[in-house]
Amino acid sequence: MGMDNAKKTRQGLARRVLRRPAAVIAVAWLVLLVAATTAAPLFTSYGALEQDLGNVLEGPSADHLLGTDVLGRDLLSRLLFGGRSTLVAVAEALAVFLVIGVTLGLLAGYRGGWVDWLVTRGADLMFALPGIVIVLVVLSVFPGNLHAAMITFGILGAPGLIRILRAQTLTIREELFVAAAKVAGLTHGQILRRHVLPRMASIIIVQGALFAAIVVTIQAGLGFLGLGAQPPEPSWGGLVADASQSIDRAPWMLVPAGVPMVLTVVALGLLGDAIRDAAIENWAVSRSSSAQPGGRPAERIPAQRAAADDAVAAPAPDALLSVRDLTIEIGGLRVVDGVSLDVAPGETVGLVGESGCGKSVTSLGILGLIPGGGRITGGRVVFDGVDVAGAPEAMARIRGTGIAYVSQEPMVALDPTYAVGRQLAEAVRTHRRCDRKGAHARALELLDLVHIPDPAAVARRYLHQLSGGMAQRVAIALALAGEPRLLIADEPTTALDVTVQAEILGLLREIQERTGMAVLLVTHDWGVVADLCRRAVVMYAGQVVEQADVDGMFAHPLHPYTGGLMAANPHHAVHGEALPTIPGTVPAPYEWPSGCRFAARCDRATEECAAAPVPLSLPVPGRSTRCIHVGSLLQEGGLR
Amino acid sequence: MTASSASTSETGTASAPPAVLEVRDLSVHFRQGRGHPPLRAVDGVSFAVRAGETVGLVGESGSGKSTIGRAVLGLNPVTEGRISFAGDDITRAAPRVRRRLSSRLQVVFQDPYSSLNPARTIGQTLAEPLLVHEKSGRAETAERVAAMLRRVGMPADAADRYPGQFSGGQRQRIAIARALMLSPQLVICDEPVSALDLSIQAQVMNLLAELQDELALSYLFIAHDLPVVRHLSHRVLVLYRGQVLESGDAGAVYDRPAHPYTQALLAAAPEPDPAAQRARRASRAAAKAEPGPPSPTGCVFAHRCPQVADRCRTERPELRVLAPEPAPRAVACHLVDELP
Repeated sequence: MGMDNAKKTRQGLARRVLRRPAAVIAVAWLVLLVAATTAAPLFTSYGALEQDLGNVLEGPSADHLLGTDVLGRDLLSRLLFGGRSTLVAVAEALAVFLVIGVTLGLLAGYRGGWVDWLVTRGADLMFALPGIVIVLVVLSVFPGNLHAAMITFGILGAPGLIRILRAQTLTIREELFVAAAKVAGLTHGQILRRHVLPRMASIIIVQGALFAAIVVTIQAGLGFLGLGAQPPEPSWGGLVADASQSIDRAPWMLVPAGVPMVLTVVALGLLGDAIRDAAIENWAVSRSSSAQPGGRPAERIPAQRAAADDAVAAPAPDALLSVRDLTIEIGGLRVVDGVSLDVAPGETVGLVGESGCGKSVTSLGILGLIPGGGRITGGRVVFDGVDVAGAPEAMARIRGTGIAYVSQEPMVALDPTYAVGRQLAEAVRTHRRCDRKGAHARALELLDLVHIPDPAAVARRYLHQLSGGMAQRVAIALALAGEPRLLIADEPTTALDVTVQAEILGLLREIQERTGMAVLLVTHDWGVVADLCRRAVVMYAGQVVEQADVDGMFAHPLHPYTGGLMAANPHHAVHGEALPTIPGTVPAPYEWPSGCRFAARCDRATEECAAAPVPLSLPVPGRSTRCIHVGSLLQEGGLR
Repeated sequence: MTASSASTSETGTASAPPAVLEVRDLSVHFRQGRGHPPLRAVDGVSFAVRAGETVGLVGESGSGKSTIGRAVLGLNPVTEGRISFAGDDITRAAPRVRRRLSSRLQVVFQDPYSSLNPARTIGQTLAEPLLVHEKSGRAETAERVAAMLRRVGMPADAADRYPGQFSGGQRQRIAIARALMLSPQLVICDEPVSALDLSIQAQVMNLLAELQDELALSYLFIAHDLPVVRHLSHRVLVLYRGQVLESGDAGAVYDRPAHPYTQALLAAAPEPDPAAQRARRASRAAAKAEPGPPSPTGCVFAHRCPQVADRCRTERPELRVLAPEPAPRAVACHLVDELP
């Protein structure tokens, strides 16, 4: 894969553009146009002004491929010689447009301050000017001077580009790689050229292509009005004007006059899109699609179920939530593979693992809210005795009142345009029948429940007026509005400071004691697990690899991944010694091997591990692990 | 001022190696718009980093720890104070001086996604510092890039690929490689492992430690995670609202925190051991902070401090040196002698 990518990178931009059929057609047309107009005498034996009054207004013939006009002049030669002025006009206007637009746009965005003020105000002023009137004024000062008109038009078009690029630069300027480049000693010019400009390439190309297309039509418009090349000199606009005068006698004339113009405009648009796509295709691909050359289709991965799984295949009768063999696919790729877990009423269960292990997708799958068009393709989600997997209506009914959800980002859960109290009251009213006043009173009660000082004052505040910890408290209050029996909390404290985290964890514990609510806590932090959970479920590469009570798991982890992850925690580090690490990274779903998915990173791995899927086994009552070496692990008293 | 005397005592000893970085009474204030007093992001901070040493800056969001790092790098303007690098004053260094400095002073940022330009190959990014400083040939540049990539544990063919094709941990290795291209003396590590998963975090922390031993690097290590800072730092400064509340030997501060804030910070970090954590929770519940507004003239931590006395609300405690070298310790607390 590395080789493929390297090769692709080294391929020139031109080759990458020409891999696209639409681009090939567009380039072919534009090349033909440029070649034919610059070398017009090679393509036609007639002069542009050569009259043949014996053959006027003829259709296409062997002598005159595109026919003749009212004075018997060859239309092909007039088209080609006239095209020259169009191409020159496009080049002039585009050059002025790009030079001014890119320079001032980057400068204003990058420098900021008074430069930005001046450029933005100037651009605003230019927007207010009526473009075509200005061009006409210029043409009245320089009669028939198309160069002056096109330069003016380039200047008039530039403010649009300036504003787009300024906004982009403002964003890029704050990126860390710009700070890193400054620290590396690059000058402002180098930073703009190496870091800012490449990020703008796609925008500049698209805007340039659009502008060029506009110039083609504007130039033709000026020619039509007789303001460009003076008859009898040929121009595309003049051809349209001639055609319009003879439209009743020779409608054919409109075809050579109009079609090339339309084709050119379309070709410029297509080429712009193609160049943009090719310019950024190397880096602007999402990781999942780029790193997946012929990724194994999900169907071929065997569902890793075995005897021990069947032993627990029936939902636990006394559990509040019982997930069995849950399998989730996103984009045809299996990302959660036969996950089973139980949460008893009032219990706190930790769902632990690193990113890419499928713990968040599992929790969202329980709620029926899988992102990225994913869906549950197998298994059961039994909540309070009812299987809600694949039953959207049943799931919708339990969401909020049965199961509530708190995410890592409280900012996402809250609407910035409504006051906190109003959002809470609204949530209260969707779950229980009460009047406005009652809902408001309940909202204040909820704020008090999450220990917000002065609930009445906070209820009137908006999201941006809250600190991170306060916002997470409000998000928890919102989740509690429906008096759920299970709260799924996905990394609820990861974005918070450690002292605030301690308060939120304490709050969750207190609410549980008061309401008897169960919690499924998704986290990567062993400290949080130790603090809040009674049991923990460890996930790796889409599977459950170990499940145990927290005390037992911390004392004697029975899966090498659990043990390795615990040991890597700097909490246990000996200063001056290297931390124990797990080599490598979590495999992506398309890289999952058919045997043990942890084998490649495991220091206990044997041939047997990679040979076949490893089933979950139950070595100790109440504990399960997906490791064939569990016997020796037990003898050694766990891994730590 | 006692704050500066603390750092003098740390750097003035004849036997100690010379300071690579010395920060004196650094203040960085940000304007907050009309009608608001300026935000004192950093408020009179002094410390020194010696050759081969790691100094950790610990604190929660808003403590000013990242602002200090950015001020040293010249990315934030300095309001007051003095920053010197290897004896030269660089507080308000001209761009040309900064550019020359960049071969000796480097940075690794927290976010490995934003710190690499997605539109440029890894090779282009790593070659950049060389372009500025040592105009080497194409072949030599490629060779040095490949060697550095191998040193941080990446395949050499990574040079031809784009950041989008790498995971967060791999990107952080690449960011470290970029910082080390010119063999700097001091690397500012701004939360370099906070965005990484646990197993990857351990790998990157080990890499940083190995590189320090091998290249005699100094680190200014900025992080909010106490165990991470503790593991990599020789000395730490605990910051709160732009001020140093406690500083000293990393092990000593961690094992015997003196300032109530350091104690609160350590008590809040949950311990990955259910039994120990239960005990800690019980003891923490006893010492709960009473909420109130921060005092404008007193100790910055007074409104959250469980041990607060009347004096704390009116008079700002200075950073007092408790223990001299070799295990220096300074604490900014009126009650330091009465604390448990």
